[in-house]
Amino acid sequence: MQLARVVGTVVATQKHPKFEGAKLLLVQPTTVDDQPQGVPLLAVDSVGAGVHEKVLIVIEGRAAGEALGRKGAPVDAAIIGIVDQVDVKE
Amino acid sequence: MQLAKVIGDVVVTRKDENLTGVKLLVLQPIAADGSKIGRTLVAVDAAGAGVGETVFFVRGKEASFPFHPTEVPADAGIVGIVDHWDLG
Repeated sequence: MQLARVVGTVVATQKHPKFEGAKLLLVQPTTVDDQPQGVPLLAVDSVGAGVHEKVLIVIEGRAAGEALGRKGAPVDAAIIGIVDQVDVKE
Repeated sequence: MQLAKVIGDVVVTRKDENLTGVKLLVLQPIAADGSKIGRTLVAVDAAGAGVGETVFFVRGKEASFPFHPTEVPADAGIVGIVDHWDLG
């Protein structure tokens, strides 16, 4: 899993049926000290995250489909939690 | 699988219900000589690891297998704590 910051929302009317009702957010992966890392990506949200929140994302197809509660969904990333705190000791 | 050092933990209150009770740790992958290599990541813990320990972890859907039958949405998981390793 990766830490990420929600940077935007995505609206798409025409899409695969498995996306029906799913919330799509644009997330920017970050390092543990909150610096952007890599390119932003789209993730489905099943925990009610909003823009600017720090979240935990899973980047793996089947795990993302499970998070969405739909097997066989053509997804590869999902938000699985809203991060309260990250403690790094070194 | 890959070697990594556990460098921290993550507190997540609002989350996927299948993550309930699962410990989330921050990993820094390490090379065979112990030096840092690649990006840090967050992994579920299936080995009882703690901060400061050297562990090995698995990437992909297989990270959720230790929690079967619960379908934990994970893409990386700690599956062992390394006592020591030697280079031949």
